Amino acid sequence: MLLKKHHIVEKNVFVLILGIFLTIIIGGIVEIVPLFTMEQTIEKVEGVRPYSPLEQAGRNIYIREGCYNCHSQQIRPFRDEVERYGHYSLAAESMYDHPFQWGSKRTGPDLARVGGKYSNDWHVAHLIDPRAVVPESIMPGYPFLADRKLKFDDAKAHLETLKMVGVPYTDEMIEAAKADLYLQASEDAAYDDDFLARYPNAATGDFDGNPAKLTEMDALVAYLQVLGQMVDFTTYNPQMNLR
Amino acid sequence: MSQGSMAPAASPSVAVDYNMDVVRWGALATVFWGVIGFLVGDVIAWQLAFPVLNFDNEFLNFGRLRPLHTSAVIFAFGGNALLATSFYVVQRTCRAQLYGGKSLPAFVFWGYQLFIVMAAIGYVTGTTQGREYAEPEWFVDLWLTVVWVCYLAVFVGTLLKRREPHIYVANWFYLAFIVTIAMLHLGNNLAIPVSFMGTKSYSMFSGVQDALTQWWYGHNAVGFFLTAGFLGMMYYFIPKRAERPVYSYRLSIIHFWALIFLYIWAGPHHLHYTALPDWAQTLGMTFSIMLWMPSWGGMINGLMTLSGAWDKLRTDPVLRFMVAAVGFYGMSTFEGPVMSIKAVNGLSHYTDWTIGHVHSGALGWVAFVSFGAIYFLIPVLWNRERLYSMRLVSHHFWLATIGIVLYITSMWVSGIMQGLMWRAYDELGFLQYSFIETVEAMHPYYIIRATGGLLFLLGSLLMVWNVYKTIRGDLRNEAPIGTPATVAAE
Repeated sequence: MLLKKHHIVEKNVFVLILGIFLTIIIGGIVEIVPLFTMEQTIEKVEGVRPYSPLEQAGRNIYIREGCYNCHSQQIRPFRDEVERYGHYSLAAESMYDHPFQWGSKRTGPDLARVGGKYSNDWHVAHLIDPRAVVPESIMPGYPFLADRKLKFDDAKAHLETLKMVGVPYTDEMIEAAKADLYLQASEDAAYDDDFLARYPNAATGDFDGNPAKLTEMDALVAYLQVLGQMVDFTTYNPQMNLR
Repeated sequence: MSQGSMAPAASPSVAVDYNMDVVRWGALATVFWGVIGFLVGDVIAWQLAFPVLNFDNEFLNFGRLRPLHTSAVIFAFGGNALLATSFYVVQRTCRAQLYGGKSLPAFVFWGYQLFIVMAAIGYVTGTTQGREYAEPEWFVDLWLTVVWVCYLAVFVGTLLKRREPHIYVANWFYLAFIVTIAMLHLGNNLAIPVSFMGTKSYSMFSGVQDALTQWWYGHNAVGFFLTAGFLGMMYYFIPKRAERPVYSYRLSIIHFWALIFLYIWAGPHHLHYTALPDWAQTLGMTFSIMLWMPSWGGMINGLMTLSGAWDKLRTDPVLRFMVAAVGFYGMSTFEGPVMSIKAVNGLSHYTDWTIGHVHSGALGWVAFVSFGAIYFLIPVLWNRERLYSMRLVSHHFWLATIGIVLYITSMWVSGIMQGLMWRAYDELGFLQYSFIETVEAMHPYYIIRATGGLLFLLGSLLMVWNVYKTIRGDLRNEAPIGTPATVAAE
């Protein structure tokens, strides 16, 4: 019986290590590798694009402040969730998210489709003092975001790094990164066809009520406003992606 | 060194010059980081009940302190407990001094403390990868890799030097923990820094692949850091304290290999009903349910070791800590598979039920078995006759147990309630509750939970006092626990 032979493992450190390693490697290989190789893992949908520099800067602030500790970005295909938050989340919608921010806890509501639901002013007021707009809220206040100048002048380096990990930023996007960062938070962006072609559906204009200064608040609100806004669900047909 | 080189119970045949310095440091670091981790945990528990406690301050807000709490408890408290006990157990069961002389084990210990401090500073200042339990940025990860390779070298080197023919079962678990954590750490932290002079990096993976890599890591941080490593602790300290051999050698073989094989597959149960493909979810659920068996194999082996020595639970609160730990282990490893069933998970996921589940494992299993090991080790390491006070250990035990019960029951109620409120419909077919109403409903349970956490913290402060007095060499004049005299006195 195999148990009788176990003394071999118990007397040889390297046999034991090899046995452990072979035992623990299998599950990960079987579960993770196919996700990279099977085409139907990510649905084909229209509209998912890389984040604009300002949105990416906001996303980095979202990560820095640990928003994922209380907010998910992943709507499950349940009747109540779809009614409360919108269409269930597609894999394609986070395909340019490095890292993913699906979250694991809803101390606050899901944010996968919070974009466009509230005005910029609401977001700013809410982030500065959540209880000013939602009295029962238990969210921390983030007033310091509105005071602090956004430090993302190395936007080009960030986009280049993201391109290295697979986000399809074009050379044009990378060259214009720093200019786009400031442009998106100005009133001019809405009339800039090149910018809108690079980042369709991006929310533009001054976000934080302070046009004189590009703040961290501008970036975070720009990010929140694009969440769930990329895919046009009127043209999405799940039957095309049966898996 | 000579002070700790020959602990009283050492084998009489050969005098081994054990390296106990690093074990002593590790034991003290365990106590220190434990208190920090529990304290931060209770602070953020009160923040959820009373959000004004965030003080609108960027360094004190929940989003930054919560990773500080989880990492302080898992990696600082749990990690030091594993470091200290693995270095102790591997030396005693191999009857050999730690490999690497004085300097390599010392480097592992101090290098690990530096990792903890770098990670903690990162959390408070917002330098984070945004991956749960893997928040430290790329440069901290690289440093931990160096330390971990040295840890593996010390451990394996000591096993190679052993004077016993067999490698004792506790060491299998410690070894599986060290090897697997190395693999997980490397796999889940693949990232490219924006600049080598800066702290920010971007994960090599995105979206669905990133999610599964993260939970392959996350769940096995539970499986190998918080389970396999602490099972190693159980396999040494329970038989030692109960003075009974391990119940079943065969069971230990079977449950060891089954446990480490099955655990790796369980990660996808953190991603039920998400955009992760269904086949992966179902696979994760199936293996999670199977995992129940080897988990209970460990529990049975631990508990049955008490056969013929159950009476000691009445008189020895240190053993009581260890045995209660195994009980909590059995409970949370039953609850885990239940929660991994998709239908149950649909309700429990995203709610406090998960938080309660984690804490029945972390407080009940990980912390209790560590407290037991610490109370066992402190007198041995400092050559003291016994602990300063067994009564204080008993008080610690009851404070902590009541704390845990308050914690997990309040989280069961709030979690299940919130899950049900989210999906409740009124008679007209509309959602019955807005989200914020479900938040409001949590308030009383958050207060109960924070109170439970406070009791747990107070218990750990008793431990600090007891450890301090024991090391000083003081002995409290008290009647032994469980004697008729004290029963009468009470």
